[in-house]
Amino acid sequence: MSTEYNFAYLDEQTKRMIRRALLKGVAIPGYQVPFASREMPMPYGWGTGGVQVTAACLKPDDTLKVIDQGADDTTNAVSIRKFFEKTAAVAVSEKTEESTVIQTRHRIPEQDLTEDQILVYQVPIPEPLRFLEPRETETRKMHALEEYGLMHVKLYEDIARHGRIATSYAYPVKVEGRYVMDPSPIPKFDNPKMEMAALQLFGAGREQRIYAVPPYTKVVSLDFEDHPFEKGGAPQACGLCDAHDAYLDEVIMDDAGTRMFVCSDTDYCRMRREAGHIGEMGVPLAEDAA
Amino acid sequence: MNPLLKVENISKYYGSRLGCKDVNFDLYPGEVLGIVGESGSGKSTLLNCLAGHQEPDTGKVVFDTRADGPKDTVTMSEPERRMLSRTDWAFVHQNPRDGLRMGVSAGGNVGERLMAVGARHYGDIRGTAVDWLDKVEIAEDRTDDRPSEFSGGMQQRLQIARNLVTGPRLIFMDEPTGGLDVSVQARLLDLLRGLVRELGLSAIVVTHDLAVVRLLADRLMVMKDGRVIETGLTDQVLDDPQHGYTQLLVSSVLQV
Ligand SMILES: Nc1ncnc2c1ncn2[C@@H]1O[C@H](COP(=O)(O)OP(=O)(O)O)[C@@H](O)[C@H]1O
Ligand SMILES: [Mg+2]
Repeated sequence: MSTEYNFAYLDEQTKRMIRRALLKGVAIPGYQVPFASREMPMPYGWGTGGVQVTAACLKPDDTLKVIDQGADDTTNAVSIRKFFEKTAAVAVSEKTEESTVIQTRHRIPEQDLTEDQILVYQVPIPEPLRFLEPRETETRKMHALEEYGLMHVKLYEDIARHGRIATSYAYPVKVEGRYVMDPSPIPKFDNPKMEMAALQLFGAGREQRIYAVPPYTKVVSLDFEDHPFEKGGAPQACGLCDAHDAYLDEVIMDDAGTRMFVCSDTDYCRMRREAGHIGEMGVPLAEDAA
Repeated sequence: MNPLLKVENISKYYGSRLGCKDVNFDLYPGEVLGIVGESGSGKSTLLNCLAGHQEPDTGKVVFDTRADGPKDTVTMSEPERRMLSRTDWAFVHQNPRDGLRMGVSAGGNVGERLMAVGARHYGDIRGTAVDWLDKVEIAEDRTDDRPSEFSGGMQQRLQIARNLVTGPRLIFMDEPTGGLDVSVQARLLDLLRGLVRELGLSAIVVTHDLAVVRLLADRLMVMKDGRVIETGLTDQVLDDPQHGYTQLLVSSVLQV
């Protein structure tokens, strides 16, 4: 570990400040806690909120996994992982089950998480009401007084325009019957997973907000009686591992435009292939590696 | 019969500048009260104090609530007051931009109050919205259009539908026909008069336009420099004004 940095980059006082915000967030599930976001050596939009939350949670014996759109090998994920390898010297892994802290952008891992894990989300816009009410003074009041009619106006507009609720990312949820929360831009396919065993922490760097969903908290996706929430999902199976229950990305294979649908969660896909599952366009793992 | 609204000693200052002072009146169910006076006489200040948009410096605004009977809305909790203002009260702003969500369809604008009080069936919400748009003479095929595509008169009618959908008992209006063409004004006034009668609404209408109150109001309050200087039945006040200022006000209208 390089000695120029305090453990996990942030100084101890800043980490304590963030932990206090996190504790408050855990105590009031779904409530946006203001915190004094610090300058990080990466631009906003690169997950500075998530990075600060991760920094405040990491212990030397943690194993960190970082994913972006479900993959460990994207630029954003790689740079955040390297950042913590350098500043905290923690173990890193791509395996969901052996990681203790997982920082994510845009996905929840397919594998069920456990009580021993923390999932940290990078959040661009924490305020779910902003779409229709830009005034922060007013949205804070709406949360305080539980005036959430406006959230359904957004869904109403969706149905009026598209014939169905067309919101497919950042689909609003109500947490433990109280606060309406933006789950960050994960696909709505992931919404049902939010009722999980792991602790979920959300960090918005530019907006200086932290919020949390404690383990086993009730998380309900908003909907109408006659237009119930549907998580959706691809009608086909993963071309590589044949998973029927996973969120798939469409990949263009060659110049002829051959398309293939594969798991967005690359670790889940690898695990299934290792277990012998082979999709329509897949090959056994050994040959793939050769 | 209990008054629906009992207003006692309402005063409001902006620093040292007087907004309105010592206003007292009772409003009975089904009654329409007009408040007239020239620009700057304190009409909007008074209305905003009554509707809970501004906090008066002194006085009480006692509303006969459905659940608990007469309650002072100045001292009640904010959640309770906000609940009143989206259920039992309606407020029609002079500028539709202040009373509408311009980025939301007409149907969504009308449906908002229903959703705010817990409606969760899209088909029912939309059905009710279409009914109300029809009542204010907005065609069903405009349901999904945004108010920014509407004329000034239509925007004002949409504001009325958006407010009345939860069946309020009291409607506050601040210059509801201001800024509209004369022919459009007449149509809006006819519509308002019809709705107020049909629904048995109580109303407080603020205007500088005596033609509006002659058509709508049962009783009049004349304001000057923040104070009420004359009150009475509309016809009495307009046909036989007692106060010198009211006489001026009425005669200047007759000259137009
Ligand atoms: N926000 C404000 N700040 C300071 N003075 C105000 C404010 N609003 C109104 N006033 C003053 O209060 C008086 C009454 O204004 P207002 O209630 O708007 O009258 P009206 O609606 O009859 O035109 C005027 O002298 C006006 O300049
Ligand atoms: Mg005014």
